[in-house]
Amino acid sequence: MMHPGQVMFYVLSALVLVSGLLSVISRKIFRSAIFLLFSLTGIAGIYFQMQYEFLAAVQIIVYVGGIVVLIIFSIFLTQQTGTVLPAATLNRKLFAVLASALGFGFMIFQLNNHVFTSSGKNSPGPEVSEIGRQMLNVNESGYALPFEVVSILLLAAMIGCIVIALKEIRTEK
Amino acid sequence: MNEIPLSHILCVSTGLFFIGIYGFLTRRNLITILMSVELILNSVNLNFIAFNKYLYPDKPDGFFFSVFIIAIAAAEAAVAIAIIIHLYRHYRSIDVEDADTMRF
Repeated sequence: MMHPGQVMFYVLSALVLVSGLLSVISRKIFRSAIFLLFSLTGIAGIYFQMQYEFLAAVQIIVYVGGIVVLIIFSIFLTQQTGTVLPAATLNRKLFAVLASALGFGFMIFQLNNHVFTSSGKNSPGPEVSEIGRQMLNVNESGYALPFEVVSILLLAAMIGCIVIALKEIRTEK
Repeated sequence: MNEIPLSHILCVSTGLFFIGIYGFLTRRNLITILMSVELILNSVNLNFIAFNKYLYPDKPDGFFFSVFIIAIAAAEAAVAIAIIIHLYRHYRSIDVEDADTMRF
């Protein structure tokens, strides 16, 4: 007899994998973006199930609310409606299937052979107050330096995007 | 959640990773390549969280790695989409085969 939580996990992982696969093989680019949306939401659901609620909220805000909307906007700006993406050549498809199937088989083989030893008991994810305290901690096991580095990276990315967008267009072709 | 073995979560994230690899290798449109990269990054995040929850539940290091990966993925997607749209204004196409100015 399966626990309801287990059933939920398998349903969510089936959603993640099936919509991820559809997003990768769909020939219509807008549909593929919508399948990506479902896949990312399914991953947020798995985080919720693991009791990492803060990370699930971050996943929904950043990926679903930010990146997928950005991707859909760029699809609207660059694609004509109703166009179908060209299919990959058979050669390329064959090698891609071969590479990913071999890699997948190898990883599953390794996973089955490795024994994971857990340290300590299972517990829910960190509290939000705990996250904040450790994120801005400058002592040992604090994350103040990567936090600042990421904030500088985000600033640099924002300035870079503005510079790229402001650039003059010289049409060569 | 404790009844689910760790290897099942790792199987899901491995599957997602190689789905992303397949898309990365077959697609020729830059936006769909970016979408495959997002799938790969998400599978890595899932791995970090699974290891943190099952193997080191007393230290939230895997959690912080996931948060930083999400932040960097957001910056990467923004810059990539700026470049893609600029490329489109230049060449009227976002196919990787058409952007061959720097090819030797």
